[in-house]
Amino acid sequence: MPALLPIDALLIAACAWLVLGIAGLVAPRNLRFISKTLFPLGALVGMMVGLVALGFLGESPEVAVLAIGLPDLPFHLRLDNLAAVFALLLGFASVGISIFAAGYFRKGEGTAPGLMCLQYHIFLASMLMVLLADDAYAFMVAWECMALSSFFLVTTDHRHAEIRRAGYLYLLIAHIGAIAILLSFGVMSSGSGDYSFAGMRAQSLSPFWGSAAFLLALLGFGAKAGLLPVHVWLPEAHPAAPSPVSAMMSGVMLKTAIYGLLRVSFDLLAEPLWWWGVVAMSIGLATAVFGVLYSTVQSDMKRLLAYSSIENIGLLAVGIGLTLIFHAYRMESLAALAMTAVLYHCLAHAGFKSLLFLCTGSVLHATRERSLGKLGGLIHRMPWVAWLALAGVIASAGLPPLSGFVSEWLLLQSFLFSPGLPHPWLNMVVPVAAAVVALVAALAGFAMVKFYGIIFLGQMREENLKDAHDAGPWERVGLVWLAGLTLALGVLPSTVIGFIDAATRQLLGTGLADKVREHGWWMLAPISPERASYEPLIFLATIAAAVLLGRQLVRRLYHGRLRRSAAWDCGYVFQSARAQDTAEGFSQPIRRIFEPMFRMERHFPTIRDEKPYYSVKVEDHFWHWLYLPVARLAERGSRLITRLQGGRIAIYLLYSFLTLIVLLLVARP
Amino acid sequence: MNLAVPLSSQLINLFASVILLLAFAMLAQRRVLALINLFALQGLTLALSTLVVAVTTGQTHLYWSAGLTLVLKALLLPWILHRLVRRLEVKGDVESLIKVPTTMLVGIALVIIAFNVALPISQLSNTISRGTLGIALATVMLAFLMMITRSKAIPQVVGFLAMENGLFLAATSATYGMPMVVELGIALDVLVGAIILGVFFFQIREQFDSLDIRHLEKLKER
Repeated sequence: MPALLPIDALLIAACAWLVLGIAGLVAPRNLRFISKTLFPLGALVGMMVGLVALGFLGESPEVAVLAIGLPDLPFHLRLDNLAAVFALLLGFASVGISIFAAGYFRKGEGTAPGLMCLQYHIFLASMLMVLLADDAYAFMVAWECMALSSFFLVTTDHRHAEIRRAGYLYLLIAHIGAIAILLSFGVMSSGSGDYSFAGMRAQSLSPFWGSAAFLLALLGFGAKAGLLPVHVWLPEAHPAAPSPVSAMMSGVMLKTAIYGLLRVSFDLLAEPLWWWGVVAMSIGLATAVFGVLYSTVQSDMKRLLAYSSIENIGLLAVGIGLTLIFHAYRMESLAALAMTAVLYHCLAHAGFKSLLFLCTGSVLHATRERSLGKLGGLIHRMPWVAWLALAGVIASAGLPPLSGFVSEWLLLQSFLFSPGLPHPWLNMVVPVAAAVVALVAALAGFAMVKFYGIIFLGQMREENLKDAHDAGPWERVGLVWLAGLTLALGVLPSTVIGFIDAATRQLLGTGLADKVREHGWWMLAPISPERASYEPLIFLATIAAAVLLGRQLVRRLYHGRLRRSAAWDCGYVFQSARAQDTAEGFSQPIRRIFEPMFRMERHFPTIRDEKPYYSVKVEDHFWHWLYLPVARLAERGSRLITRLQGGRIAIYLLYSFLTLIVLLLVARP
Repeated sequence: MNLAVPLSSQLINLFASVILLLAFAMLAQRRVLALINLFALQGLTLALSTLVVAVTTGQTHLYWSAGLTLVLKALLLPWILHRLVRRLEVKGDVESLIKVPTTMLVGIALVIIAFNVALPISQLSNTISRGTLGIALATVMLAFLMMITRSKAIPQVVGFLAMENGLFLAATSATYGMPMVVELGIALDVLVGAIILGVFFFQIREQFDSLDIRHLEKLKER
């Protein structure tokens, strides 16, 4: 019997997910069977996917042909290192999310649990197939399955009109994106009729058509990832979906778009042009700044995280842009550094953003409240969720010693080399982008302080929060798994880079691992220790030592006499939950400083108001600049066309008559 | 005058001209019964013209065509239409959306266009009746114009049937007629079409108490 190849193992995993999904239909109302049996099994399959991908990294690509598909058009599949890195991400993230989901779903919420189970597992399997696809046909089929299954997951609570609207918007933009991707594949096959990726690699496109393919791919994958200006679905769809689904979409599905972009720009298109990188970087920067600014001013915790996802996708696009620039100038070792940062950030974001979305799910179940203004002080009632969310928040803010810091540090490190670019203005402008990235990182910290502080710290803003309960055992396991991933990515960067290096080497021909490995597993020095190095464990140990030492010192100085009092009362005698900083108040400085970036509708109370209230509604400029005009134009156009339908038979006959005459005159030899 | 032109060809051209003249007459005719009679006359002329072509060229299936045309278009369809008019008690006058003189002027312009368009096609053809292609096309267009300008339902059907006359003429003049199967099919189509439209007329009148198709405007989507 021949040995089981990794690609076969992954295919079996995809089938297993499908079988689990269909098994959910056997007893669609039996919540206990579905959540306590099928979802944990799904997590087990996810673990298998992750381990197989981990074991595969560094091997040479494997291909397979699936006999399903249209006649004479089978699915070509291929497992290479790039796909393996993302399969690793998918597998390990899905472990945590599936286990969490086992404890999350309750009775009587929207879609029947069995149907939900089917959609969820089809979603997982189609994401895996997207990664394995090796021809445009298989890719698009898997891609559309992914979009549709996630659409149905988003609209789980389809009884609410706003959720249906969010789902519709998501579907609309997903289709625009799919069309762009399809066109991009069409350009890359350049009329040869060969839609396999191998055929596309063999094509050498002219700069014009190459650029067209790249820009179409950027639009198409950008629509799925949430790049400006096709991001509007993201802050609508993520809050609408149940939390495990938002976690899956934000943590994993957005990464499949990044995967697609990497696949097209580094693998399928042989010769990148330097300005592609500039385009990707500019859009990425705009997206990152936009995302982080809007995330700071949100009052809904899931919307805040959704905008934070937009910011992270922006950073990834910046990294891809920088990689493209270095790659176009054949500075492969620097390109490898930037690419490593991108891949690392994908993994890191998958961990911490899934973790945070799941935490919001626990908070939502415990309090039935999504609005930050009605939460607070939950660390006392939900210590597990609070402490695990802290890990996600620190990583998301890009603070050491967790995962977010490593990737953002690597990205900034690669920016430090951009003055060496052999282009007169590029080497001056690109470092400015580094400053913007730093700004984004700082604002992300602000947003995360808001998220954590308002939800978990301070006093409870509402009476009923006292009844909040902590997450159940299943949910805790899922959260601990993801927090563990975040920690592992934070403290073992050299080891992780050793794994993902295979993908970098495959795409760029050179990697980072050899340099990193020289300095041992505890230290990360991507270029040389003299230039910059990061020792996460030493950092962690120092922090821990400082905290313990400080605690001991304080104890010694106060002779152990401890006095408990309200924290941060700032000398006020009277302190109530209402006197705390609100979500809106906390972000007021940002709204003030960046006022032109927002479209705000505010209502201020006046002295004469019987019931004074303050409200602020922040809207997206793009909605008014881009989407509404397009919608209005379409409506006006269709109204014009409606006039053709006058209802008079004579007029209809006249149309055919005039058409006939015009055709006769035009077609005259 | 070119005397070398054989008699048969002259006859064909004569009949074609009569068909065109009748098309103009139908365009100008305001009364329904007279319109149907003109249509019958056009059918008869068409049958004669086809017969002349058949005699000249010796194509057997053209005899069949001529007979079919005679039975169907000169006798059966006018009879059906007459019956319809009698049973629907249609008033004599036909309202036109555009004034008749204007329609005639447009018709003249259409004839010029048709001749202009048909000229290169008829040069490709090598039939004896090729000169009549322009006339056939003009007949089609004039019938079409009649359908557009009339507001009552029966003249529209007559226009539709007259259009078929034009097409038939075009087929005979350019290629000595279509294959028999096609011709039979078309003949059946026309017959069934006329019957179905007759049924529709009753429905329309029942609904709107009139055969004026302007009432159908209410059916459009708001």
